[in-house]
Amino acid sequence: MAIKGFKNHPYIPNSVPQIQEQMLAELGLSSLEDLHQEIPASLKLTQNMKLPEALGSEFELKKHVRQLLGKNRHCDEMLNFLGAGCWQHYVPAICDEINGRGEFLTGYGGEMYNDFGRFQALFEYQSLIGELVDMEVVNVPTMDWCQAAATSIRMASRLTGRKEALVPDLMDPDKFLVMKNYCGPDIRLIRVGHDPVTGQLDLSDLQSSLSEKTAAVYFENPSFLGFIQLHGQKICDLAHGVGAISIVGVDPSSLGILTPPAQYGADITCGELQPLGMHMNYGGGQAGFMATRDEEKYVMEFPSRLFGIVPTCKKGEYGFDDVAYDRTSFGHHREHGKEYVGTQAALWGITAGVYLACMGPQGMVELGQTILQKSRYAIERLDDIKNIKGSRFQSVGFKEFVVDFTDTGKSVADINQALLSRGIFGGKDLSMDFPALGQSALYCVTEIHSREDIDRLATALGQITG
Amino acid sequence: MKRLGFIINPIAGLGGRVGLKGTDGMAEAAMALGGLPSAPQKGARALTGLAENRLGKEGVLLLTPPGVMGETMARAAGFSPCVADLDLAEKTSGADTIAAARKIKALGADLLLFAGGDGTARDICAALGESLPCIGIPAGVKIHSPVFARTPEAAGQLARLFLEGKSSRVCEQEVLDIDEQAYRTGRVSTKLFGYLKVPDERGCMQNRKAGTPISQKASQNLIGLAMIDAMEPDVFYLVGPGTTTRPILSNLNLGHTLLGVDVVQNRQMVKMDAAEKLILEIIKGHPFKIIVTPIGGQGYLFGRGNHQFSPEIIRQAGKQNIWVGATLEKIGSLKGEPFLVDTGDPDTDRMLAGYIRVVTGYRQEMIYPVV
Amino acid sequence: MERIDRSARVRENFHQAKWDEPIIFELSTKGERGIQVPRAEAHIRDSVGDGISLLPSHMRRAVPPALPEISQPRVLRHYMRLSQETLGADVNIEIGQGTCTVKYSPKINEVLARLPQITELHPLQDPQTVQGILEIFHRTEGMLKEISGLERFTFQPGGGSQGIFAMASMAYKYFEDKGEEKVRDEIITTLYSHPSDAAAPSVKGYKIIHIPPDKDGYPDFEAFKMAVGERTAGFFVANPEDTGVYNSRILEFTTLIHENGGLCGYDQANANGLLGVTRAREAGFDMCFFNLHKTFSTPHGCGGPACGVTGVTKALEPHLPGPLIIKKEDNSFGFDTSFLTDPRSVGKVRSFYGVAPVVLKAYSWIMSLGAEGLYEVAKVAVLNNNYLYKKLMEIPCVDAPYIRGRQRIEQVRYTIERLTRETGITSGDIQRRMMDFGMHYWTSHHPYHIPEPITLEPTETPSRDDLDEYIATLKHVFQEAYDTPEIIRTAPHRSVCHQVDGSPSDDPDQWAITWRSYLRKTAAN
Repeated sequence: MAIKGFKNHPYIPNSVPQIQEQMLAELGLSSLEDLHQEIPASLKLTQNMKLPEALGSEFELKKHVRQLLGKNRHCDEMLNFLGAGCWQHYVPAICDEINGRGEFLTGYGGEMYNDFGRFQALFEYQSLIGELVDMEVVNVPTMDWCQAAATSIRMASRLTGRKEALVPDLMDPDKFLVMKNYCGPDIRLIRVGHDPVTGQLDLSDLQSSLSEKTAAVYFENPSFLGFIQLHGQKICDLAHGVGAISIVGVDPSSLGILTPPAQYGADITCGELQPLGMHMNYGGGQAGFMATRDEEKYVMEFPSRLFGIVPTCKKGEYGFDDVAYDRTSFGHHREHGKEYVGTQAALWGITAGVYLACMGPQGMVELGQTILQKSRYAIERLDDIKNIKGSRFQSVGFKEFVVDFTDTGKSVADINQALLSRGIFGGKDLSMDFPALGQSALYCVTEIHSREDIDRLATALGQITG
Repeated sequence: MKRLGFIINPIAGLGGRVGLKGTDGMAEAAMALGGLPSAPQKGARALTGLAENRLGKEGVLLLTPPGVMGETMARAAGFSPCVADLDLAEKTSGADTIAAARKIKALGADLLLFAGGDGTARDICAALGESLPCIGIPAGVKIHSPVFARTPEAAGQLARLFLEGKSSRVCEQEVLDIDEQAYRTGRVSTKLFGYLKVPDERGCMQNRKAGTPISQKASQNLIGLAMIDAMEPDVFYLVGPGTTTRPILSNLNLGHTLLGVDVVQNRQMVKMDAAEKLILEIIKGHPFKIIVTPIGGQGYLFGRGNHQFSPEIIRQAGKQNIWVGATLEKIGSLKGEPFLVDTGDPDTDRMLAGYIRVVTGYRQEMIYPVV
Repeated sequence: MERIDRSARVRENFHQAKWDEPIIFELSTKGERGIQVPRAEAHIRDSVGDGISLLPSHMRRAVPPALPEISQPRVLRHYMRLSQETLGADVNIEIGQGTCTVKYSPKINEVLARLPQITELHPLQDPQTVQGILEIFHRTEGMLKEISGLERFTFQPGGGSQGIFAMASMAYKYFEDKGEEKVRDEIITTLYSHPSDAAAPSVKGYKIIHIPPDKDGYPDFEAFKMAVGERTAGFFVANPEDTGVYNSRILEFTTLIHENGGLCGYDQANANGLLGVTRAREAGFDMCFFNLHKTFSTPHGCGGPACGVTGVTKALEPHLPGPLIIKKEDNSFGFDTSFLTDPRSVGKVRSFYGVAPVVLKAYSWIMSLGAEGLYEVAKVAVLNNNYLYKKLMEIPCVDAPYIRGRQRIEQVRYTIERLTRETGITSGDIQRRMMDFGMHYWTSHHPYHIPEPITLEPTETPSRDDLDEYIATLKHVFQEAYDTPEIIRTAPHRSVCHQVDGSPSDDPDQWAITWRSYLRKTAAN
């Protein structure tokens, strides 16, 4: 026999030869080769695949993988100032404890009876985010912020019947690519300019780009480059003026101290859940959310599941159910109904719920305040360095800021290499995506950065550019 | 307190005047066989499940006609029904069914359960139209109308779900009237008589990981929109009867006839409820398309309720000019059986056999077999 | 003392954990804190002030969010209780989740994925500093290439549906490159492929043509021939389909598509019975995706995070989203960023590169099995399934439409219509009663064609005893349908709650998606 199996493997209880023989005998078969009868011989492989030989034991597996991973330098060992869509925050131990629980980790598609805990945990996550963003409808998490923003735009398109959406030009270019692919080919994304001094969305450019073809205006607060958009109400009003829907993308770690978009005219709030209890995971901790007011027309447009609390047939019991499971409004769209739904990022939603329950209102206020203070401090320290502008845009910011190195005569790439040799990850190089900013980098400071960390950065940059 | 109307056609299933007629002597033959279940027993079976509902026996008030038409079995099942004030004939007939249904509606029924066959359904339809949701307890020999539940127990179960508020959606289902003369000579010939509103039992079991499906009604609307978008100028569109074809006309803000063929051109109504002769005159020398949807529980594209589409018209159209609209649900209810055709002319039937494109949504189609 | 009788196979004494737990907001007690947040040091405070006054007043949140205030042990206890009320695969014999391929997720992989050498990596770190994780991506891609026969993979799609979307995006780009994207606007799929095989391409504007099954349960080839034409962009299909029936004529289908200039995309959600036995390449596919969280054992996480890794032949490589991971000449690892400038690429379908811990877990799983182990996985999955199939078909009220007396691959869709006809009990009722014995049970994505369905997929994880217990429990419940149907109709009785009253869920005045909404709408009652 050219192909061999692996007997008595710990993950395969019925790989015990005697058990196999007995089971095969009950089927009237004599060997495993007698299975897969339905596959034509011409399509069958005739020898084992060429894969690395199985490691001999769990011990060896652990050793092998640890050795591979050992080639990584991680952000507990290095001093990290990278952000740009994935941020380093403190992850409370309780978050890992709960999302490591076997039941939550290995749950999937059970009903609201045997998977009751999952339904309740996700309903609670919906509710907790709802309080954070001040809206009463929140969806089961989607893949990431990019997906949430893209779906929000498609929802707006269905609601208005229009095919254009306005987005800021100062936006994460990668996020723009995701949204462009998801919204195309039928929905066009049009970029709106910004004020070069403040970075704020250019309201007159916005106004001239709005028309009755506009389905939505999307902007972010704080923006991708860290500054706070000050004219949210005006932007939303302008959108509404042409019958378009206003969508605001947020970083929820700011909402303890920043006014939530619902309070300045947003129809849809979307954003990234990763700061709320997820490790960076090399970009694998992302999860997106969307929220709207509790209006039937919005609820009916969500492609994702929405869990609601309901009674059961037994008095006093909580139950959960899918809300508006038949999205009947989809019958009116000259569209193939709706988008698709599948596995996305539910465990991260549960984790975000745990995080918010832990933090409470006071914790979120303190988080926001600490980040404001520390990032401000960093800006001032860097500003003190000759030829470095601590914050390129003259707007108040949250967590992230654009450090301008142009006048140092050195490139961000070189500076970052030099920082690397000092054990520091410098901010994201913006010089290729935003050439108008010159040699600038996006720096991120969160609650995990101590004064010493920031001073160390300042000293290092002083040396490198001096 | 929920009010449930309950009507039994006591002679359904025995080859009586109402319902399907068999060959002469079938009633005797049936009794000779013994044990042919009769409508009253089936009615009782429907009620047993109902008795143990969440609302309790006290939570559901049965509204019945007197005696064998409902009161007897209701009491036997442990209910204390409110008996309608009716003068029933010794040998009950369709007229009694109609009177009973109207009276029960007037008594404020939320739902009507009736035991019988297609004939009984026709009578209920004549009495109520779509003004009250109904569920048929299958008690006839042959059942063509999809207004009946699978089994008496299922009828009771569905009624219970509806009254408990767990299945609140209703959809229209066709009521087919059997041509009794033709049936006696061995040929099944049906007419579309009308529609009844029936609780939608779908959706109780579908697993939800895959996300929200589109409801039947929404799908029908999408089919309508898709067909409208495909309409070309100056072409006549012969819109056949059926719940799936209605949205075509409603989305064009045109009226429709319940059972007839409506002719549309350039988004305007040319003739409502056109008969075969008139249709032939209208389409003479012009391009036209036939729009149909399968009718009845067995998926007949032609021959069960749209006889206006004679073999002549169908042949003139040719298979490529026939547009079929059906929701995935409708197709699913056929359980893998193909669409059927029975135009009356074997050659035309043969022309239609094979496969046909079916519009199942907006920019969504299926290729389905026809036999 | 007598020996306690444990001979019964069916867990009549089972009861799921039931805590009658309040909603988290109800645990709120003013002043309680769940965790302390690192604060700015005195020096920073002195330097910049309180931070908040830097914000213009209209951007300062006037009222802190109304989150509950709960101390740490109470938060922990609450979520531990909810966890206990969830029947994950770690806890039950997960045969019941047909099509989901829920198998054992080895704990060692969890340990590895929680090492800081992966959790504390920022995706934008200099590639020099992440050679380990890049190598793991690269090696895993190599394994998937061998398993599928295709040539280049992206890990970006976060699930199967997003994998299908990636395939549809690439098909669009492929035809756009040829100037044919307006003509090639139809995607063909089968009725028993996953609903996303229709829904995802629809987002890209494709018209979907469904092919129904023929009498034997194979996609109807005659119908297929009628569907293929000059408007065909591609054929997206699962094989075997969710019924477990393998279409042995698949090559005829893919060949016909190619003859008409279309592309073939393989939905490999049902790959678990095929590993090492047959491949996408030889069956004629240009694209495929795998679910790492199904076939490759990474845990489902209640619905993600996951990975729908998607691969293509060399001809379609330019259309992949980027960046892709490459091994450079000096054997170090880096990124291919040509997607930024090549208009043929779809750009991106997701932020960054994909869910790295999920890739790591899949890698580890494959490394603990090797080619021989994967082959064993497929064989035992099919053995388990056909064993289950035989035993269940011996029960009179159970049937499985389509091919008879032949083998299925790794799952089967049964029907209990006979039971329903004879007792009035539906598959949904049985599903709820099975929960009283600690079992999951899956009906179908497609409720319509096979009535009263049950779809079961054992995978290679259960032992024979586990299979026998599941079968015995099903038999027991089927018998109850005949003897004591009422207990089934009113089930569940031993799960976490009783039958829900879903009537508020469709009523805008009553539905409550958040706690605040619930309080508001029930204030008067």
